Amino acid sequence: MLTKRIIPCLDVKDGRVVKGVSFVNLRDAGDPVEVATIYDREGADELCFLDITASHENRKTIIEVVEQTAARVFMPLTVGGGVRTLDDIRTLLNAGADKVSINTTAVQQPEFVREAAQRFGTQCIVVAIDAKQSGQADRWEVFTHGGRKPTGLDAVEWARRMEGYGAGEILLTSMDQDGRQNGYDLALTAAVSERLSIPVIASGGVGTLEHLYDGLVKGKADAVLAASIFHYRTYTIQQAKAYLRDREVPVRLDPA
Amino acid sequence: MIAIIDYGMGNLRSVSKAFEAVGHQAVVTREARVIADASHVVLPGVGAFGDCMANLERYELIAPIHAAVQSGKPFLGICLGLQLLFTESEEFGVHKGLGIIPGRVKKFVLDPPLKVPHMGWNEIQIVHCAPPFAGIAPRSYCYFVHSYYVEPVESSVVATMTEYGRPFASAVWKDNVVACQFHPEKSQAVGLQVIKNFGAWT
Repeated sequence: MLTKRIIPCLDVKDGRVVKGVSFVNLRDAGDPVEVATIYDREGADELCFLDITASHENRKTIIEVVEQTAARVFMPLTVGGGVRTLDDIRTLLNAGADKVSINTTAVQQPEFVREAAQRFGTQCIVVAIDAKQSGQADRWEVFTHGGRKPTGLDAVEWARRMEGYGAGEILLTSMDQDGRQNGYDLALTAAVSERLSIPVIASGGVGTLEHLYDGLVKGKADAVLAASIFHYRTYTIQQAKAYLRDREVPVRLDPA
Repeated sequence: MIAIIDYGMGNLRSVSKAFEAVGHQAVVTREARVIADASHVVLPGVGAFGDCMANLERYELIAPIHAAVQSGKPFLGICLGLQLLFTESEEFGVHKGLGIIPGRVKKFVLDPPLKVPHMGWNEIQIVHCAPPFAGIAPRSYCYFVHSYYVEPVESSVVATMTEYGRPFASAVWKDNVVACQFHPEKSQAVGLQVIKNFGAWT
């Protein structure tokens, strides 16, 4: 049976992990490669790097991080942040990324997603959507530029359109819930997942293991992404998987 | 030396790094001579079937692939590299494949809530233990990402089966050719064992 995926996400800036990571057994908690190695050992199902480097000159650092990670861990790796051109995608894939996530550029030039999917295959094109409740019931608006810029787009409709353009997967972040450790926006997640035939990754708001369960069961997500609860060692990946397995959610829990 | 065939489709770095990680020397190449001289040949690939066949033709790799298969040296297809070995695919119209294994490549047609692509970790059930699967525990998890699956004419070539809405052949084995739908280079310890076994297969 296909298992639900648990995906730790690392924010990387100028080649360093920025959201606090508190592993006791790490020589360098700011080194994304070293953190990736730990998650690999713990049996994470995928890894996600989000590059939040501001300056264009420093963007080659993420390439080095991806290259070093891909040489040491043999698991799927998604990289997002600042992907604007087909060359950006090619460079990341050649460095060892398996999937590339596109956010703001998809909104600015939707055709870019179609071109990218045709050129590199739908399996490696993830469209990241940052959504916020609009005030109307069951309606969410898409935001770009790290959640600062409203677009007027309806998140569910936008996700469907991106599926039609060849996205292989949707990474769906609730801007209302992100960073609050209150749980995913389950209504948003379910609304998108039920309307799409491609996998949906729930993101934004995890504080407990129950939140992961809710995202997968009530939110009907195919995968759950989390940062703080794993980085701060509130829970290990294995604890999360054991919790889900005990509640009959299919997870991969064999000796890594 | 293991030759990993590069025909401009996707990321081959992970495949070559996986061989290096388990102590096998591998080279990424599109040169017929290097493929002919190699002890083992790997045909990876992601993307669309038609584009991949077109690229194999463009780089004049079809004859070297057939020669490698006929020479009897161990040959490994991964993901699209599995599908390309078949007679034909129905991806975006009917495309002819390499015709090394009789059968068709078909699209998953599944009822909700099952999603396509089939993406993530799923179990493989070993039906015929091809040499690369030696020592792999029953029902081990491997990483998949694909929207099409293979349907071989002869069930005797099926090496592993996987269930996704329907049972499908997740690996095949015919003489010196083994090919898997999942990505061993992305399947952590299980995948590395498959890669190590393949490199040691003579």
